[in-house]
Amino acid sequence: MKDVLSEERLIGAITRLILDPQKRRARHVAIGAASPIPAAASYLAREIAGDVRVSVLNQRRGNPFTNGTGELFDLTAEGRIDLFFLGGGEIDGAGNINLIGTGEWPGSAVRFPGSFGSAFMYMMVPRVILYRFEHSLRVLVPKVAYVSAPGTSPAGVFRRGHAEALVTGKAVFSFSPERARFTLVSVHPGESAESVRAATGFDYDVAEPLAETADPSSEWLSLLRGPVAAAMAPTYPTFAQLVWPAAELARSA
Amino acid sequence: MRILELDRLAREIPAGAMVAIPPDNSATCAAFARALIRQGARGLRLVGVPVSGYATDLLIGAGCVEEVQSSAVSLDEAGSAPCFTRAIKAGRIRMLDATCPAMHAMLEAAGKGIPFIPIRGILGSDLLTHRPDWRVIDNPFEKGDPIVILPALAPDFAVFHAAAADREGNVWVGRHRELAAMAHAAQRTFATVERIVEGNLTEDERMAPGVISGVYIEAVAVAERGAWPGGLLDEYPDDAEHFLEYARLARSEEGFHAYLARHVMAPAAAAAE
Repeated sequence: MKDVLSEERLIGAITRLILDPQKRRARHVAIGAASPIPAAASYLAREIAGDVRVSVLNQRRGNPFTNGTGELFDLTAEGRIDLFFLGGGEIDGAGNINLIGTGEWPGSAVRFPGSFGSAFMYMMVPRVILYRFEHSLRVLVPKVAYVSAPGTSPAGVFRRGHAEALVTGKAVFSFSPERARFTLVSVHPGESAESVRAATGFDYDVAEPLAETADPSSEWLSLLRGPVAAAMAPTYPTFAQLVWPAAELARSA
Repeated sequence: MRILELDRLAREIPAGAMVAIPPDNSATCAAFARALIRQGARGLRLVGVPVSGYATDLLIGAGCVEEVQSSAVSLDEAGSAPCFTRAIKAGRIRMLDATCPAMHAMLEAAGKGIPFIPIRGILGSDLLTHRPDWRVIDNPFEKGDPIVILPALAPDFAVFHAAAADREGNVWVGRHRELAAMAHAAQRTFATVERIVEGNLTEDERMAPGVISGVYIEAVAVAERGAWPGGLLDEYPDDAEHFLEYARLARSEEGFHAYLARHVMAPAAAAAE
């Protein structure tokens, strides 16, 4: 049962954030395009907590959005989505994200795909978790070249929430909107305070004591390799096959 | 309502037209995009509802596009959109960056015949700085509440793919209600469909909620597997391998032209559509 995969550790770390008892309960989690790790973490949270609705934008069978692709944003505008995931081509120490590019506008040096729903979702969802696997100086920058969506907003601007954490392939940070600053909370096995500092372009605080990102328990692992793998397979076939080939074989046998 | 051959339908789009199209996961009009290239379309102003993918990248690479208004252009799982990225870096196309709910809202405003629509969020985003047509006002009903307003967006054309049309021009799009919003907003709407069905789709209570009325549809062309390599509802899944092949080839100009020759311009490719 052990031999935890790095993907499973990331999924477990995100699931712990989703289920954080200090935070408003996540009754409804939405998943945007191309986000298999956050999707798996949300399905795992559903297996554990029971009453978590997970709405995946690109779900292939039984997609919950029956009023068009704009329905996610209408649900969000009304406050019917509690938690959402965002990433960024660049993410800076104040929680700003850039999905536009660098160089001259709109991206003469590097062009990212575009802002998707971020300029709206970041401000309108009560809980946001930032997820970006690549943890490098080009992604985690002192200041983003362009702001697709701001990490914080001045008083008087309608905003329901902020990032509460940033999860990468190396570490987990928490975010304080009051101070517009990240704190390194845990490093994944194989990483250290120094290796994370060397790969991070922005300044941040370090929790005392600094933890190692915990592995998912055996109970969580069996949920991941069973019902979560099965829930993932129709919408994320490539990812499910890559991470849980045994589970795939078991189901098709 | 007229039923035309696909390539004939593509000739209806004049140079410089603003054309709204759906992305790869939303009944995209991929066959129509290939027909536009065969017809030598020029100066198109594409509108991604609310984002763009393969069809937009293909049209950019073939030199058909002058402007893109979209919340993103990407091939999703297959990575970044190579022709789009090259064109932006070289300054060959004008890009109007947006955000998904704003694209939907601007089209909804046009569909309701109102000049502008307010939207939450966006304040503090650089999108606002680069969209002089997006403004910030004070909520007239509550002091001290700044809010973004967006102009209505009525494209010259909306084009999408769907499962079926009847001879009255009613088109069944199933759950893709965003296509209805496009059709309501656009001046003229064309659909490509898998098949023409007999009877009237609006008379079937089970189908009617997924129908865009013929009121909005000017012309239809039959294009079997017309969303390919995108998927269509439960009719066929997307062709992930083909998206990867496209992404690999389009990484270079030479590769892109080889792709065009094989999948767009070749008589066999055209005949298949």
